[in-house]
Amino acid sequence: MADHSHAHGHDDHGHGAGFHASLKDYVTGFVLSVILTAIPFWLVMSGAIADKGTAALVITGFAAVQVVVHMIYFLHMNAKVEQGWNLMALIFTLLLVAIVISGTLWVMFHLNANMMPMPMRTDGIG
Amino acid sequence: MSSAELTGQYYDLHEHDHPEGGSTALGFWIYLMSDCLIFAMLFATFGVLGGNYAAGPGPKDLFDLPLVAVNTAMLLFSSITYGFAMIAMQSGKKNLVLLWLAITGLFGAAFLGIELTEFHHLIEEGAGPQRSAFLSAFFTLVGTHGLHVTFGSIWLVTLMVQVGRFGLTTANQRRLACLSLFWHFLDVVWIGVFTFVYLMGVLR
Amino acid sequence: MIAHHPATWSPLLGRLGIDAIPHEPIVIGTFFAVALGGAAVLALLTYFKLWGYLWKEWFTSVDHKKIGIMYMVLGLIMFLRGFADAVMMRGQQAMAFNGSQGFLTSEHFDQVFTAHGVIMIFFVAMPFVTGLMNYVVPLQIGARDVSFPFLNNFSFWMTVGGAVLVMASLFLGEFARTGWLAYPPLSGLAYSPDVGVDYYIWSLQVAGVGTTLSGVNLIATILKLRAPGMSMMKMPVFTWTALVTNVLIVAAFPVLTVVLALLGLDRTLHTNFFTNDFGGSAMLYVNLIWIWGHPEVYILVLPIFGVFSEITATFCGKRLFGYSSMVYATVVIGVLSYIVWLHHFFTMGSGASVNSFFGISTMVISIPTGAKMFNWLFTMYKGRIRYELPMMWTVAFMLTFVIGGMTGVMLAVPPADFVLHNSLFLIAHFHNVIIGGVVFGVFAAINYWWPKAFGFRLNQFWGKVQFWCWLVGFWVAFTPVYILGLMGVTRRMRVFDDPSLQIWYVIAAFGALLIAAGIGAMLLQFGISIWKRDEYKVEGDPWEGRTLEWSTSSPPPEYNFAFTPKIHELDAWSDMKAKGVARPTEGFRAILMPKNTWAGIVIAGMATACGFAMIWQIWWLAALSLASIVATAIFHTFNYNRTFHIPAEHVAEVEAARTAQLAALSKGGAA
Repeated sequence: MADHSHAHGHDDHGHGAGFHASLKDYVTGFVLSVILTAIPFWLVMSGAIADKGTAALVITGFAAVQVVVHMIYFLHMNAKVEQGWNLMALIFTLLLVAIVISGTLWVMFHLNANMMPMPMRTDGIG
Repeated sequence: MSSAELTGQYYDLHEHDHPEGGSTALGFWIYLMSDCLIFAMLFATFGVLGGNYAAGPGPKDLFDLPLVAVNTAMLLFSSITYGFAMIAMQSGKKNLVLLWLAITGLFGAAFLGIELTEFHHLIEEGAGPQRSAFLSAFFTLVGTHGLHVTFGSIWLVTLMVQVGRFGLTTANQRRLACLSLFWHFLDVVWIGVFTFVYLMGVLR
Repeated sequence: MIAHHPATWSPLLGRLGIDAIPHEPIVIGTFFAVALGGAAVLALLTYFKLWGYLWKEWFTSVDHKKIGIMYMVLGLIMFLRGFADAVMMRGQQAMAFNGSQGFLTSEHFDQVFTAHGVIMIFFVAMPFVTGLMNYVVPLQIGARDVSFPFLNNFSFWMTVGGAVLVMASLFLGEFARTGWLAYPPLSGLAYSPDVGVDYYIWSLQVAGVGTTLSGVNLIATILKLRAPGMSMMKMPVFTWTALVTNVLIVAAFPVLTVVLALLGLDRTLHTNFFTNDFGGSAMLYVNLIWIWGHPEVYILVLPIFGVFSEITATFCGKRLFGYSSMVYATVVIGVLSYIVWLHHFFTMGSGASVNSFFGISTMVISIPTGAKMFNWLFTMYKGRIRYELPMMWTVAFMLTFVIGGMTGVMLAVPPADFVLHNSLFLIAHFHNVIIGGVVFGVFAAINYWWPKAFGFRLNQFWGKVQFWCWLVGFWVAFTPVYILGLMGVTRRMRVFDDPSLQIWYVIAAFGALLIAAGIGAMLLQFGISIWKRDEYKVEGDPWEGRTLEWSTSSPPPEYNFAFTPKIHELDAWSDMKAKGVARPTEGFRAILMPKNTWAGIVIAGMATACGFAMIWQIWWLAALSLASIVATAIFHTFNYNRTFHIPAEHVAEVEAARTAQLAALSKGGAA
């Protein structure tokens, strides 16, 4: 008699995908993405927000939301796929991306600020 | 407890073969995370060097936002058509899968075509990657994304041949799922590109 | 646009010309020695008709055990090359006083110290550590192979490809003269127009692909292929350190890939990432490459901490003290390794606020390592300690590495670093931790797991000679270096003005000779042990081990476990022994295994050719090899038939032979 009480860590799915896609998910994701793309483009091209800093923050916000939309609706990201390892890997990667990008910008800003002042050249060099 | 029972507790005496490819989905996702870091470094580089125009042309002089919007649309459409391919795969409809894959490939090709035209135009105008650090960073970041789309497209064609010949086997379904992750991931990276390179560039 | 060296570029051969062949006597001598030696090896292999055997049993093998052994062999060969560079440097620096120029020109000396660093980090330490993880982890988790056996084979050959490119630089062209991290502007086109930096870039890119894929492979293996019942907190500590190490690999190597690619673009396409003009920033390179560089040193040392955990527990006859804190310390070290990188360039001018942050984070990261030290000590406390060679290396590590770590904490203080940066103090510090940590750890691991891998133990006498030569030799070689550093002497100096420094360099050279004797003793140990292998035979558990690899025969069968073990406790094998679990001796089934593959070595060969072509700007070859890689990879994906079954009868035969051997051992009384 076969023993089926495996404590294995692998999926026992019939199909190889490991996730289940639905039409509703894709269409929802698509529509949301179109909206979340169109608005930033319109904001920048029309100059609707006068303050550049605010505009930058707003379009960054839209980008962040659209990334989440893609993650959920297209990439089927949730805590259950692959026993949560996919989500853990994603969070860890995002943490590192944040450290690496913000760290680089911070360090380079300070390094540049401490450079000796250079004479201005008009030939495009420096 | 008898010796045989004890052995049975500590060894899987009735084990059956593990299905092949059980690690593939997780392994591919981890690879994608490493790819994510590659793009992160290119974004960091662009963040640092993106303002160094070296007295040459900057984003406002060079970027054609309507064209970028069209290109973004191409990629977004290709994402949903790939989604339709995955749904067809779940229903076991091989020919429908092939149709949607083909359409996805066409959108991808359109994206690459538009991007190559844009690059060509920039180079013609003297705004090639050698002109300034800003342009080096721009061409490398956007170009790396384009290279990924190119390899994805080659992979897509290969899979179309394999599905066409061998059908929607478990192995092929696994491969389609991996390409799906890859393709959507490229769309996610593009969100970063059009936001931080094109839109922010024009905003600066 | 493409940076041709106009004088010597042809469409057929790129920049390759007659002037690529070196004319320096030492290099020419090396070439002849290698050519003759290589020819002898090839001739012997042909004479004994070993090519078929090598191809079938080793080069195309996807068995993690064989791949692990091949990594160790690669590391060993490259270690001899890297050490030769070290001896040359010691010799040069001991001589070059009072007007003497020594025996190395600056062109040669600069390549020697660059090659020494590149080879030791990328082609010695990385292969050793990867080889150990490859061999041991699947056995420790009760698996039959890694998650992606084909990819494993490919990763190995890509590492070999990188090594081939580095070695080729000896005989065609030259190597980089920039130091092992090749900072621009020196490494840029303007100041290094020759092929040296291109060899550097492409050998690391080829090897880097292999390493990154290996990282993906081992993470998936550890997360997905553990035996039933082995929860994460029941994994052996070595497997935990392997997991965190491979996460670091996947998270760090992409950074190196990008940075080297950007440098390559600057050199080949005249882009402006790191140039002095047109808006480039050389400082950006330093920042980016150390974002890779710091996690890299933890990639090297974390598996070694795992090795020492296993050895300490085994040779003290006790469960490891503080398993949970070991695990947390490992994870914390992994995460923290991403927020210390700036301590490698405190002096580049980022200012007080930035320097303070990174100085503090660097000091913080020493704490979890300290916690590990205490756990090892507490494991030893009231244990029944057996000073076999692995344990001797462990004690040597504890004493040596801790001092190196302390000098690291000194360097973590930015004002101190302003005095000590790029002095010999820095060199002494990192050799202290790398040799005291990684090298001693690799020697400990080899002495520990060799009997498992080969079925016979290593000769103890020559092992002890090696041990003492290395321990004494290291301190004789590097204490003078600390002293010189504190006196303010700069690294990478070829000639000296101050004769009072010479005595220290001479002592250091003597230390290097002691180490050379240690290496000789190690080779003797291997040779004699292989010669006497019948006399030195052992069975599965010669050390009274605690983890699953010791439950298999020595060497393990190709399928590792006839039946997958079920796990109930930490230290699974100790648990099985304590409960008196009997080995299954019947009811064997056919076992599913992956098939061998030709595609790994072939595609890696094409990648190496592509790297070579890019270095010498032989564009037709680059395009052709790139196309071949894509075509071959696609062709390979049409092979869906990658597994086979080992018949149940064969498994039964192998297991019966082991049963007989175990019975003979227990009857004969020989343990």
